[in-house]
Amino acid sequence: MAAFVWLTVITALRILGRNRLRAGLTMLGIVIGVAAVIAMVSIGEGAKRAVQKQIATMGTNVIIIWPGATTVSGVRGSQGGAVTLTVSDALDLKKKIPLLSDTGWAKRDVMQIVNGNRNWNGTINGVSPSYLTIRDWSFSSGGPFTQADLDSAARVALIGQTVAENLFEPGEEPVGAIIRIKNVPFRVIGVLSPKGQSAQGSDQDDVIFIPFTTAERKVFGTPFLGSVGAVFASTDRTDDLPEAVEQIREVIRARHRLQGEQADDFTIRTQVDIGKVQEGTSQTLTMMLFAIASVSLLVGGIGIMNILLVSVTERTREIGVRMAVGAKRRHIVMQFLIEAVTLSVFGGALGIILGVMGAKLTTVIAGWPTIISSNVIIIAFFFSLVVGLFFGLYPANKAARLNPIDALRYE
Amino acid sequence: MTSLIECQDIWKIYRVGDVEVQALRGLSLTIEQGEFVAIMGSSGSGKSTLMNILGCLDQPTKGRYQLNGIEVGQLRPDQLAEIRNQRIGFVFQSFNLIPRTSALENAQLPLFYRGLSLKEQRAQAAEAIRRVGLTGWEHHFPTQLSGGQQQRVAIARALVTSPSLLLADEPTGNLDTQSSQEIMAILEGLNREGITVILVTHEVDVAAYASREIIIKDGQVLSDRATEPRPQSVGV
Repeated sequence: MAAFVWLTVITALRILGRNRLRAGLTMLGIVIGVAAVIAMVSIGEGAKRAVQKQIATMGTNVIIIWPGATTVSGVRGSQGGAVTLTVSDALDLKKKIPLLSDTGWAKRDVMQIVNGNRNWNGTINGVSPSYLTIRDWSFSSGGPFTQADLDSAARVALIGQTVAENLFEPGEEPVGAIIRIKNVPFRVIGVLSPKGQSAQGSDQDDVIFIPFTTAERKVFGTPFLGSVGAVFASTDRTDDLPEAVEQIREVIRARHRLQGEQADDFTIRTQVDIGKVQEGTSQTLTMMLFAIASVSLLVGGIGIMNILLVSVTERTREIGVRMAVGAKRRHIVMQFLIEAVTLSVFGGALGIILGVMGAKLTTVIAGWPTIISSNVIIIAFFFSLVVGLFFGLYPANKAARLNPIDALRYE
Repeated sequence: MTSLIECQDIWKIYRVGDVEVQALRGLSLTIEQGEFVAIMGSSGSGKSTLMNILGCLDQPTKGRYQLNGIEVGQLRPDQLAEIRNQRIGFVFQSFNLIPRTSALENAQLPLFYRGLSLKEQRAQAAEAIRRVGLTGWEHHFPTQLSGGQQQRVAIARALVTSPSLLLADEPTGNLDTQSSQEIMAILEGLNREGITVILVTHEVDVAAYASREIIIKDGQVLSDRATEPRPQSVGV
């Protein structure tokens, strides 16, 4: 049997080799289908991985609470417009919810920063020291400010990579330098390690951190002391996030004296929620591309079936001779199935090569990250094999059901 | 010992649309091992139908056909294929070689379905090619061979399985006189080696090689007689 299969493969290859153009055109559908699947999935995976990386830059197991929209006489303001969320909310959350490993808070504004004759418009963040640990900020030089700096409203600043590049000469050491924010002098005590783009596409390194107290008393001029732009919290385990969110909601509702039916005056999001939205987008994209590629594979399969039907008709006499000299039905079925599978697997292999090249080219030309997983290659190969088997079955059976006498007499 | 071929009251009835065609009507025939039989008859006499049944390509509607004591009428298609592979060699008028496939591989074809190793297949096919006198032409394609050579390849293909029965359907129908004589000489030689040869022809000269002549008419045996072989008179 093994000898039979092997010889049939050789025969199939020779028959296909005879009609190279025809075989090539027949395979084209499979080639394009498989190449499309590989390239698309690689691009989709690359995009997904990039998003995951960006999400990870937020910190680990982060929960963000924003003040909700204000409603004044039925007119709703923008989200975050209210001043309802406060430092004491953040402190109380930490005290009342043991699940939370830490809470921090922040308030931001865009302002001009000056160093000597250079200036830059950057986002000034007044934050608690805990914020820096929750968001996983690390330092390329210098270090963070402390609780003491917060308590004394010290004029110290941490600057992001983008800000450092714009305010200082290359090679100039920012740590120790004095910069001015709204004419208030600050000593730079740390430069942050770069984080790159956020999941939303903004530059996360275009930031300056100063102690929250300093910001509200000396820079922003806040009318309501203690009101924050956002409260940040984190848990030790990702699985605790949903439970922590529920508890935070209860605590804040109680603190804000919200009754039964009243809507929350704040919004809670976790890192997982944000990740899901992003991943959902790339997932949809991948699925769509996959659907298109599948249609292409289907068309390729029909092409193979079509050519095999032609081949069965052309080779009716040959089939008759084979039957006369003792080929059983299964031999004939096998022969045409092997021809179909040879076509589709050959096409699949070509498609894999083209798809991988396409994905690499996309990275080189468009700069999109691509990830070629061995899984998708194996699946694509398997799929092309199945396409060959499936679409070869009908022509093969048609050939095997020929009556040897009629087949021998066929002109 | 049983006869090689034993047909008893064989009927073959086709339906073509609403019309019933009786191709064979109660034909009975016995052929012994080692005979050289010519079956003759005009077209429409039923001789092709008889050949198909004798060759196990077709089965009778009614009646018994035993080949080597095996009742063929009851067999399934795959069992028929097996019998054709083991016991019968076919030679056709139009050669029926597989195009763009070498002489050796054409001769090899029946062994292909026997599950022999490639080496054995090659060796046996080469031997069959030698027996028909085509050594040196193994790797030529059918289109590179003359009609006579092509028919010799076909005979090699029929021989390669060492069949007990060789069925030749108008083997010289597409050949010139010279080639016809060569082919008939080969068949005669094979018969002398013990292979039963059944020849269907309408050429008297070709039939003259046989030692028995059966004439079919209207689906029945019209005459069945022994003849004196006279090979030298062929091709006048």
